[in-house]
Amino acid sequence: MVSLAMLPLAACQREQRSLRLDPPIEAALDDVRTMANGIGGAPPKVYVALGRPYENNAYDLNEGKRLYDWFGCTGCHAHGGGNTGPAFLDGWWQYGSDPVSIFVSIRDGRPAGMPAFGRYVTTEEIWQLTGYVQTIGAYSSKTAAPSRNDEMQSRPSENRAPATLGALQPPSR
Amino acid sequence: MRSGFKPLLGAVCAFPLSGCIGWQSALSPHGAQSGSLLRLIWLFVVVCAVVWILVIVVLAVALFRRRPIGNEPPLLEPSRESRLNGIIAAATVMTVLVIGTLTLVSFVATRGLDSADENVLTLRMRGFQWWWEITYLDASRPDRIFLSPNEIHVPVGRPVRVRLSADDVIHSFWVPSLAGKKDLIPGRDNAITFTATRPGVYRGQCAEFCGLQHAHMAFLVIAETPQSFEAWRRSQIAEAASPSNDEEKRGQSVFTVKACAACHTVRGTSASGSLGPDLTHVASRRYIASGLLETTRGSLAAWIADPQTLKPGSNMPSVPLSSDELRDVSAYMASLK
Amino acid sequence: MSTSDIAPDARDTALQEKALAERLASLWATPRGILGALSTVDHKIIGRRYIVTAFIFLLLGGVLALAIRIQLARPENRFLGADIYNQVFTVHGSNMMFLFAVPVMEAFGVYLVPLMVGTRNIAFPRLNAFSYWIYLAGGITLWAALALDMGPDIGWFAYVPLSGPQFGAGKRADIWAQMITFTELSALAVAVEIVVTVFKQRAPGMSLDRIPLFVWSMLVTSFLIIMAMPAIMVASTTLILDRLVGTHFYNPAEGGDVLLWQHLFWFFGHPEVYIIFLPAVGMVSSIVTTFARRPIVGYLPLVLALFATGILAFGLWVHHMFVVGLPRVGESFFTASSMAIAVPNGIQIFCWLATLWDGRPQFRTPLLFVVAFIITFVIGGLTGVMVASVPLDTQVHDTYFVVAHFHYVLIGGAVFPLLGAVYYWYPKIVGRMMNERLGRWVVALLFVGFNLTFFPMHILGLIGMPRRVYTYGPEMHWGGLNLFVSLSAVILAVGFVLFFYDAIRSAFSGEIAPENPWGAPTLEWATSSPPPSCNFERIPVVSGSYPLWEEPHALSVATGLRINRRELLVTSISDASPQARESSPRNSIWPFLAAIASTVMLLSSIFSPWAVVWGSVPIAVTLIMWFWPKGTPEDIS
Repeated sequence: MVSLAMLPLAACQREQRSLRLDPPIEAALDDVRTMANGIGGAPPKVYVALGRPYENNAYDLNEGKRLYDWFGCTGCHAHGGGNTGPAFLDGWWQYGSDPVSIFVSIRDGRPAGMPAFGRYVTTEEIWQLTGYVQTIGAYSSKTAAPSRNDEMQSRPSENRAPATLGALQPPSR
Repeated sequence: MRSGFKPLLGAVCAFPLSGCIGWQSALSPHGAQSGSLLRLIWLFVVVCAVVWILVIVVLAVALFRRRPIGNEPPLLEPSRESRLNGIIAAATVMTVLVIGTLTLVSFVATRGLDSADENVLTLRMRGFQWWWEITYLDASRPDRIFLSPNEIHVPVGRPVRVRLSADDVIHSFWVPSLAGKKDLIPGRDNAITFTATRPGVYRGQCAEFCGLQHAHMAFLVIAETPQSFEAWRRSQIAEAASPSNDEEKRGQSVFTVKACAACHTVRGTSASGSLGPDLTHVASRRYIASGLLETTRGSLAAWIADPQTLKPGSNMPSVPLSSDELRDVSAYMASLK
Repeated sequence: MSTSDIAPDARDTALQEKALAERLASLWATPRGILGALSTVDHKIIGRRYIVTAFIFLLLGGVLALAIRIQLARPENRFLGADIYNQVFTVHGSNMMFLFAVPVMEAFGVYLVPLMVGTRNIAFPRLNAFSYWIYLAGGITLWAALALDMGPDIGWFAYVPLSGPQFGAGKRADIWAQMITFTELSALAVAVEIVVTVFKQRAPGMSLDRIPLFVWSMLVTSFLIIMAMPAIMVASTTLILDRLVGTHFYNPAEGGDVLLWQHLFWFFGHPEVYIIFLPAVGMVSSIVTTFARRPIVGYLPLVLALFATGILAFGLWVHHMFVVGLPRVGESFFTASSMAIAVPNGIQIFCWLATLWDGRPQFRTPLLFVVAFIITFVIGGLTGVMVASVPLDTQVHDTYFVVAHFHYVLIGGAVFPLLGAVYYWYPKIVGRMMNERLGRWVVALLFVGFNLTFFPMHILGLIGMPRRVYTYGPEMHWGGLNLFVSLSAVILAVGFVLFFYDAIRSAFSGEIAPENPWGAPTLEWATSSPPPSCNFERIPVVSGSYPLWEEPHALSVATGLRINRRELLVTSISDASPQARESSPRNSIWPFLAAIASTVMLLSSIFSPWAVVWGSVPIAVTLIMWFWPKGTPEDIS
């Protein structure tokens, strides 16, 4: 009964499926402001007002996972282990782990090979990808995170973060 | 109490009469397989109806027959009991005979469904959430392989073998007017064979619950004469039509520059995404979005502008476009015959 | 009154009728107050709670059914969106199967079996209390999830990969799987109690060939539960493991198999149908016997048919999978076995028809429900024969034809007898009669409403409507029949509302019921209505199959039981000759606390696997307290 009482709290936002984002909201979600060096910054006000759905909503995280495969992120980053692009699983973030930095990295690209995807992908999809990418390298587990895929397993499930314990060595590249 | 059945019987009789209703119906077969299935269905219906009527007659007589007056629980007479038990045994034997016959009929019907034919047309069909990708295979001429999302064209009279597989969840291939159904299962390969006996447009729909938009996962099977089938095949193998006016040209550049090209292919342009349906000949198909809307320029524009209202949860995102861009891109789509 | 003022070996022969009744009442009573209510182990109180809870779930599930019918009444209706619709039909199906149909049948078993076999309480009464609380927790879980927009949306058979980790986002599928675990636990507990009660606690003289048919049907049902539930337990646990800790039972890329889920699920899922249907068979047999005023014709064939159905039920699960692409031999075998189960079901129908034919039917409400049952269930059984044929099934599988078929079997075959049983046993359970005139209206409305609602669905399926679609286009021409179905559903709903009204009103103002208002022959009618807390002040002794008809004026009784503890008689399995006196456990709060501890563990395990480790500590503590030895010596005799 105690956990029954806990359920509403956990469920408020986590499970909602907002399938259609109003165009004005989506436009407003694009309005991120970064520091001059492109690392860190403030998320759009509407993002906070919505309750940061892309970081803690199970459906959006799952969509991010789908898009991560669909848009070929695995080509450079593999399933988080990194290849020609940096790894996410080790918990080292070149541009910080906050969502704004990740969002900007996906949208505008980064030096040394990260292309700008803003042209091909809608703002909502970038946010979904952001939430998922952040989950891959998260230091603590999220109950809303997705689990394994129906394919060969190449990494521990996202919902079992931290995926890499004690990875204190900075990545070599 | 049985008056409830009268309108239903009326409804049964009305159905075959009411026009184009038969494009997705097991009751109006247009294929060899669905024809023999319908004969089987009617045989079972008739046998079952007779059995049911017999039971109801016996029940009615048992309830309302005249009896000598009295209310005490009667004592059992062994002779009477054994006579009743004998009647039950006889009825049981009859049941066994009926059931056994139906089982044999069913076995025979199963055998008749597979036709081994040399001249079979083979397609590959993959199910996705929530659309179908059909590949026309040609082992000898790889350049003649092409994709035809959500629409199958077949020549009348020629058996068609559809190889079924799924990449995400379980779907089920079902064109009731032509054949029964078969599941598309991740990790397994299935196949179903059907032969259309009459030209026409038949509708199929996913029959296994596959998530949010299970209701909008339909496809068409268009049976036509071998000549028009070959003509259609040639037109589909060809690359996309070039834009013929400025509007379409602008539409093409919007399509290739914006997010559209990340998921869709238009052969002959730089758009080569493979996540969504191939749009090389999108305007030649009768429906867009898996049977959701008839293909017109207006419906194309509506679909591009707001897919999440028309088909909530679909993997097609709403790409922000200005009204000019939307008009151009829908003109371009409508030109892709 | 404490036990100390009674000599330790005092027997019931020492007291007069009145003193004995008072003594037993104080010995078996449930104390007043919340603590008393939570710690009772009286099978009648628990059974009553079970029945009321299950009917509340029926009502809630019915509301969802009406929501479904509103959504489908018109093409392209937007009453429920796709997401909500999928949750609604999943919760409707799961609720009706797991929270209504199975529990309500068990509930009648819990209430009636001890009375019908003439004992004072069910075997393992504390386990019985535990099973109810676990069932309640499972039901609340499912409905709370729906209320919070996190209801399962995967269909009541939750096929992987749709319910698996990749495609089932969030905790919706986990909630479904844990709800299954709750109901498995409670069903298994009740099944064990009923088997032991029937085997070891029958009244002296009630040999195997004198067991009432309802008791036989509950016995076979209990064995079905014991053999079928482990399959779903494996299935739901492996699903949770796949989703939570990343195992690969259902991942084809790592050597798992998505069809394994279907095999495991239906190996449980098909017997499940008979777990629901066989108790209904028992109810029909009881009602037919009483109202045809005649012993049932073909007692032995009926019992054998129960067993044949129970055994065959495990050999035909694959007929739910005829379109997954099976080898031909497999298809043929499962077609034959699915057809064959029509034979024992036919035998049952023939026996009831023969009994009615040869008896003197009294057209009271329970018998009218039986008549409605026979008419509709035979349709459901015959469409069952149709879907058993592989080629035919490829056209109707997963369409509204199947929806019609299983509603004919489950409502026609189980709910009609169940409502008949409510009218039949209501006076025994509540002590008041239900209204006969309203009862006739209920039968008529339900029968007409049901057939008008579900018969057209056969046609909808044949003209191409798949099940579980949240909407359909106007070009499909399904709108007319769907609107007809939706309107007819209103008649059905009115019938149910009238039934609930009658049941609630009669509890307060119904005519007071005598001991045996229907002149029925079985032992539950030999005690007062409602029965005292000890059921029988003296354990009856039976010398025939229909004790109250054979000895209408005075039953023989067994004496010599101790009266300073809850004592009942243990008898031998086959001829029910007395073997021992056994003390039945007293009230205890620990089953309730153990159920809470289990609930916390099971629900938390949705979120973290560590919950299984830490959550077992309170479970262990409550179980230790539950089974703590009391230091009273076992009786030697």
